[in-house]
Amino acid sequence: MNTLPRWVLLPALLGGLFVLLPLAAMAARVQWSSFGALITSDASLSALRLSVQTSGSSALLCVAVGVPMSVLLARAEFRGLSLLRSLVLLPLVLPPVVGGIALLYTFGRQGLLGRQLEVLGLEIAFSTTAVVLAQTFVALPFLVISLEGALRTAGTRYEVAAASLGARPSRVLLRVTLPLVLPALLSGTVLAFARALGEFGATITFAGSLQGTTRTLPLEIYLQRESDPDAAVALSFLLMIVAVLVIAAARRRVST
Amino acid sequence: MSLQLRARVPERGVELDLAVAGGQTLALIGPNGAGKSTVLSLVAGTLRPARGQVELDGQLLFGERSWTPPHHRRVTTLSQDPVLFPHLTARGNIMFPLRSQGVPRTRARTEAGRWLAELGLEDLADRRPAMLSGGQAQRVAIARALAADPRLLLLDEPMAALDIDVAVTLRGQLRRFLADRTAIIVTHDVLDALTLADHLAVLDEGRVIEQGPTRELLTRPRTAFTASFAGLNLVTGRWEAGAVVLSDGARLPAPGPHPPGQEVHAAFHPSAVQLARTGGIRRTVTALLPHGDLVRVRTADLAADLPPQDIAELRLEPGATVHLVVPREAVTTYEP
Repeated sequence: MNTLPRWVLLPALLGGLFVLLPLAAMAARVQWSSFGALITSDASLSALRLSVQTSGSSALLCVAVGVPMSVLLARAEFRGLSLLRSLVLLPLVLPPVVGGIALLYTFGRQGLLGRQLEVLGLEIAFSTTAVVLAQTFVALPFLVISLEGALRTAGTRYEVAAASLGARPSRVLLRVTLPLVLPALLSGTVLAFARALGEFGATITFAGSLQGTTRTLPLEIYLQRESDPDAAVALSFLLMIVAVLVIAAARRRVST
Repeated sequence: MSLQLRARVPERGVELDLAVAGGQTLALIGPNGAGKSTVLSLVAGTLRPARGQVELDGQLLFGERSWTPPHHRRVTTLSQDPVLFPHLTARGNIMFPLRSQGVPRTRARTEAGRWLAELGLEDLADRRPAMLSGGQAQRVAIARALAADPRLLLLDEPMAALDIDVAVTLRGQLRRFLADRTAIIVTHDVLDALTLADHLAVLDEGRVIEQGPTRELLTRPRTAFTASFAGLNLVTGRWEAGAVVLSDGARLPAPGPHPPGQEVHAAFHPSAVQLARTGGIRRTVTALLPHGDLVRVRTADLAADLPPQDIAELRLEPGATVHLVVPREAVTTYEP
């Protein structure tokens, strides 16, 4: 620490201010007298409820498919693995709107799988399911990237030892591999949840904005910004509090 | 019941047959890169070569089109790194192999408790590996490996990472546990071989160059590696009139008898070697190393342990010529 040049303090402080100042500015604009009423209006509550439900579902979905994906990416050896890894992480750099359009052309009525799904009586676009899919699409890489890194760092020596002690592959995965990367799994899940909670572009493109069905908190905020800026600020503040809580929870889990 | 190990792995230059009698321990020794660890990895299944085959007791572990996964081999490895699962307690670690074999939880707990008691680890049962010393962790690893009840236990320098006094205690415990188990141990330590192994196999370049009962091999080594492992000097020559005549004509008087002209090995301890003004075995000093209160004088193939005052008096230094003589009764001779 003593070898750190003093001048790094200035840009670091500027960067910190750059992040914190807008948040403070927003907090300063909250109308505290009407805050309670604004965040408990029907529209707000239904958006909040929907957001928590869909983000929770997509976080679970991310775990269900993301854990096997991470394990494969970290442990399997085959040609094209690194290409596959880049493709899986694509949603991380893709504009969410583009993701929404891609999902629409896959699951939409005219999409790749849309007709088959329609035969089965499933209509996904512009439903709550669409919200969950859109959120999962953008949130999945967060879980995969965090878990795969942890798996690589953990290495295979414990797995080799477990097999040598007679443990079958499933037992090795469930009793050795996953418990060892549990902190990364938890923080990855929390990150995925947080990313799902903030999802906007893919959701509005693929799921639309129907109150109670697809209008999540970010969509509600965007809508209220035009008609009722005070409500938008109040909801933004609420979302920020949720985000802070999520980060705090993730940090505590990881450090214990 | 004895285990026959047959390995042919061209890509690793491994071609060997080993036999371990049931309940006995075989020590694998050899220079670095001789293939000792490769043999263990092949048997354990951590190495999967493209071609070749390894048979254990007539069962093909891998071959042209077959592969027995490690967890089906009933072969457990104990290496110098205990590799205890960090998220489980000492007891949980020992329960792991039992639970993996379908032993019910309560019975696994009891059995793990028995192993803990056996190794004097009861007080540490609920500790995580991070809270154990190196020696304690290795003892838990031993208990865990034994709890797996393998048909063959592989020990890869299990004491190499431990302090000397810890290693002494552990060696004693291992000796007790290995008494009626079938095991192969790779070691660089002659004490490990002597205390733990009934038989010794010397590997070089993936092949067995010498094998036999430990004590016999270490008192009558037939290769330079085994001799240096045993801490002995080894020379080979022809028997002529009460002496071994070396290829350079030097005579080493030794107890016999052997048929005249017979090729014989002669082994003697470096501390038995004395210096003479002339005659004896002529060698050039390559290095002088401290060796207890003596100094070890090394030549290309022989060593002599001499008092420091002799070294100083003779002004010995690398490059000097020495004449080595050995008292007749300190030499052991045997036919190849």
